Amino acid sequence: MYLGVVQGTVVAERKVEALVGKKLLLVQPVDDRKQPIGPLQVAVDTVQAGEGDLVYLVGSREAALALDPWFTPVDAAIVGIVDGVHNPERSA
Amino acid sequence: MKYCRVIGSVTAAVKHPAYAGQKLMLCQPLDSAGTDTGDTFIAVDSVQAGPGDVVVVLTEGNGVRQILKQGDLVPIRSIIVGIVDSLDA
Repeated sequence: MYLGVVQGTVVAERKVEALVGKKLLLVQPVDDRKQPIGPLQVAVDTVQAGEGDLVYLVGSREAALALDPWFTPVDAAIVGIVDGVHNPERSA
Repeated sequence: MKYCRVIGSVTAAVKHPAYAGQKLMLCQPLDSAGTDTGDTFIAVDSVQAGPGDVVVVLTEGNGVRQILKQGDLVPIRSIIVGIVDSLDA
Protein backbone atom coordinates (compact mmCIF):
# COMPACT_ATOMS: atom_id res chain seq x y z
CA MET A 1 0.00 0.00 0.00
CA TYR A 2 1.12 3.58 -0.50
CA LEU A 3 0.20 7.20 0.15
CA GLY A 4 -1.26 9.55 -2.43
CA VAL A 5 -2.83 12.98 -2.80
CA VAL A 6 -6.12 13.29 -4.67
CA GLN A 7 -5.76 15.82 -7.49
CA GLY A 8 -9.14 15.62 -9.16
CA THR A 9 -12.05 13.61 -10.44
CA VAL A 10 -11.97 11.62 -13.67
CA VAL A 11 -15.24 11.47 -15.59
CA ALA A 12 -15.64 8.88 -18.33
CA GLU A 13 -19.02 8.34 -19.91
CA ARG A 14 -18.06 5.37 -22.05
CA LYS A 15 -16.38 2.67 -20.00
CA VAL A 16 -16.28 -1.04 -19.25
CA GLU A 17 -19.63 -2.13 -17.80
CA ALA A 18 -18.09 -3.18 -14.48
CA LEU A 19 -16.85 0.39 -13.90
CA VAL A 20 -20.32 1.95 -14.20
CA GLY A 21 -21.13 3.80 -10.96
CA LYS A 22 -17.54 3.68 -9.69
CA LYS A 23 -15.94 7.01 -8.76
CA LEU A 24 -12.55 7.48 -10.42
CA LEU A 25 -10.04 9.94 -8.94
CA LEU A 26 -6.73 11.23 -10.24
CA VAL A 27 -4.07 10.56 -7.60
CA GLN A 28 -0.41 11.53 -7.25
CA PRO A 29 1.46 8.85 -5.26
CA VAL A 30 3.63 10.50 -2.57
CA ASP A 31 6.18 9.51 0.08
CA ASP A 32 5.85 10.19 3.82
CA ARG A 33 6.90 13.83 3.26
CA LYS A 34 4.24 14.28 0.56
CA GLN A 35 6.91 14.39 -2.16
CA PRO A 36 5.62 12.95 -5.47
CA ILE A 37 6.68 9.42 -6.41
CA GLY A 38 6.25 8.50 -10.07
CA PRO A 39 3.45 9.35 -12.47
CA LEU A 40 -0.19 10.20 -11.76
CA GLN A 41 -2.64 7.33 -11.42
CA VAL A 42 -6.36 6.91 -11.83
CA ALA A 43 -7.76 5.06 -8.82
CA VAL A 44 -11.24 3.91 -7.89
CA ASP A 45 -12.56 5.39 -4.63
CA THR A 46 -14.07 3.31 -1.80
CA VAL A 47 -14.08 5.92 1.02
CA GLN A 48 -15.63 9.09 -0.47
CA ALA A 49 -12.30 10.88 -0.76
CA GLY A 50 -12.15 14.34 -2.31
CA GLU A 51 -9.71 16.66 -4.00
CA GLY A 52 -6.72 17.55 -1.81
CA ASP A 53 -7.17 14.60 0.56
CA LEU A 54 -4.12 12.60 1.62
CA VAL A 55 -5.20 8.99 1.16
CA TYR A 56 -3.74 5.53 1.08
CA LEU A 57 -4.19 3.13 -1.77
CA VAL A 58 -3.80 -0.53 -2.51
CA GLY A 59 -2.61 -1.67 -5.91
CA SER A 60 -2.68 -4.65 -8.24
CA ARG A 61 -5.16 -7.48 -7.72
CA GLU A 62 -5.95 -6.38 -4.17
CA ALA A 63 -7.43 -3.14 -5.54
CA ALA A 64 -10.20 -5.15 -7.16
CA LEU A 65 -10.84 -6.95 -3.86
CA ALA A 66 -11.72 -3.60 -2.26
CA LEU A 67 -14.81 -3.39 -4.44
CA ASP A 68 -18.13 -5.15 -4.51
CA PRO A 69 -18.43 -6.99 -6.85
CA TRP A 70 -14.73 -7.75 -6.64
CA PHE A 71 -14.14 -8.83 -10.24
CA THR A 72 -14.06 -5.18 -11.32
CA PRO A 73 -11.11 -4.41 -13.61
CA VAL A 74 -9.11 -1.89 -11.54
CA ASP A 75 -5.47 -1.83 -10.43
CA ALA A 76 -5.53 0.96 -7.85
CA ALA A 77 -8.10 1.63 -5.12
CA ILE A 78 -8.29 4.33 -2.46
CA VAL A 79 -8.98 2.46 0.79
CA GLY A 80 -8.43 5.10 3.50
CA ILE A 81 -8.34 8.84 4.20
CA VAL A 82 -5.21 9.67 6.19
CA ASP A 83 -5.63 11.72 9.38
CA GLY A 84 -1.98 11.74 10.38
CA VAL A 85 1.47 10.50 9.40
CA HIS A 86 3.64 10.01 12.47
CA ASN A 87 7.31 9.93 11.66
CA PRO A 88 9.57 10.33 14.69
CA GLU A 89 12.77 10.13 12.60
CA ARG A 90 11.92 12.96 10.26
CA SER A 91 10.07 15.26 12.61
CA ALA A 92 13.27 15.64 14.67
CA MET B 1 9.79 -10.28 1.20
CA LYS B 2 11.36 -6.86 1.64
CA TYR B 3 14.00 -5.80 4.15
CA CYS B 4 12.86 -2.49 5.65
CA ARG B 5 12.98 -0.14 8.60
CA VAL B 6 9.77 1.07 10.22
CA ILE B 7 9.90 4.87 10.16
CA GLY B 8 6.48 5.75 11.49
CA SER B 9 2.80 5.08 11.42
CA VAL B 10 -0.30 6.26 9.58
CA THR B 11 -3.71 6.86 11.14
CA ALA B 12 -7.00 6.95 9.27
CA ALA B 13 -10.53 7.13 10.67
CA VAL B 14 -12.31 6.66 7.35
CA LYS B 15 -11.14 3.44 5.75
CA HIS B 16 -12.18 0.27 4.02
CA PRO B 17 -13.74 -2.17 6.56
CA ALA B 18 -10.93 -4.70 5.99
CA TYR B 19 -8.49 -2.23 7.61
CA ALA B 20 -10.51 -1.85 10.81
CA GLY B 21 -8.27 -2.49 13.80
CA GLN B 22 -5.14 -2.86 11.68
CA LYS B 23 -2.05 -0.86 12.59
CA LEU B 24 -0.56 0.86 9.52
CA MET B 25 3.21 1.36 9.52
CA LEU B 26 5.40 3.41 7.19
CA CYS B 27 8.23 1.24 5.84
CA GLN B 28 11.51 2.38 4.27
CA PRO B 29 13.24 -0.30 2.16
CA LEU B 30 16.94 -0.84 3.05
CA ASP B 31 19.98 -2.31 1.31
CA SER B 32 22.31 -4.83 3.01
CA ALA B 33 24.31 -2.00 4.61
CA GLY B 34 21.14 -0.63 6.21
CA THR B 35 21.01 2.40 3.93
CA ASP B 36 17.65 3.73 2.75
CA THR B 37 16.92 2.68 -0.81
CA GLY B 38 13.74 3.21 -2.80
CA ASP B 39 10.39 4.71 -1.94
CA THR B 40 8.52 4.38 1.34
CA PHE B 41 5.30 2.37 1.45
CA ILE B 42 2.63 1.31 3.96
CA ALA B 43 2.17 -2.13 5.53
CA VAL B 44 -0.13 -3.51 8.18
CA ASP B 45 1.60 -4.95 11.24
CA SER B 46 1.29 -8.50 12.57
CA VAL B 47 4.26 -8.55 14.97
CA GLN B 48 3.92 -5.37 17.08
CA ALA B 49 6.74 -3.57 15.29
CA GLY B 50 7.50 0.04 16.18
CA PRO B 51 9.39 2.99 14.70
CA GLY B 52 13.11 2.20 14.30
CA ASP B 53 12.61 -1.57 14.06
CA VAL B 54 14.19 -3.35 11.10
CA VAL B 55 11.58 -5.72 9.74
CA VAL B 56 10.72 -8.25 7.05
CA VAL B 57 7.68 -7.22 5.01
CA LEU B 58 5.61 -9.55 2.87
CA THR B 59 4.30 -7.66 -0.18
CA GLU B 60 1.98 -10.15 -1.79
CA GLY B 61 -1.76 -10.35 -1.22
CA ASN B 62 -2.32 -14.09 -1.01
CA GLY B 63 0.16 -14.45 1.85
CA VAL B 64 -1.56 -11.54 3.61
CA ARG B 65 -4.92 -13.32 3.36
CA GLN B 66 -3.42 -16.49 4.84
CA ILE B 67 -2.01 -14.55 7.79
CA LEU B 68 -5.05 -12.39 8.56
CA LYS B 69 -7.60 -15.20 8.04
CA GLN B 70 -10.36 -12.72 7.14
CA GLY B 71 -11.52 -14.57 4.05
CA ASP B 72 -10.61 -14.30 0.39
CA LEU B 73 -11.56 -10.69 -0.29
CA VAL B 74 -9.05 -8.72 1.80
CA PRO B 75 -7.70 -5.70 -0.10
CA ILE B 76 -4.37 -5.62 1.74
CA ARG B 77 -1.05 -6.25 -0.04
CA SER B 78 1.72 -5.60 2.49
CA ILE B 79 2.20 -6.97 6.00
CA ILE B 80 5.12 -6.91 8.44
CA VAL B 81 5.90 -10.54 9.25
CA GLY B 82 9.12 -10.37 11.30
CA ILE B 83 11.35 -8.11 13.38
CA VAL B 84 15.02 -8.53 12.43
CA ASP B 85 17.41 -9.17 15.31
CA SER B 86 20.60 -9.25 13.24
CA LEU B 87 21.83 -9.52 9.67
CA ASP B 88 25.01 -11.30 8.56
CA ALA B 89 25.92 -9.79 5.21
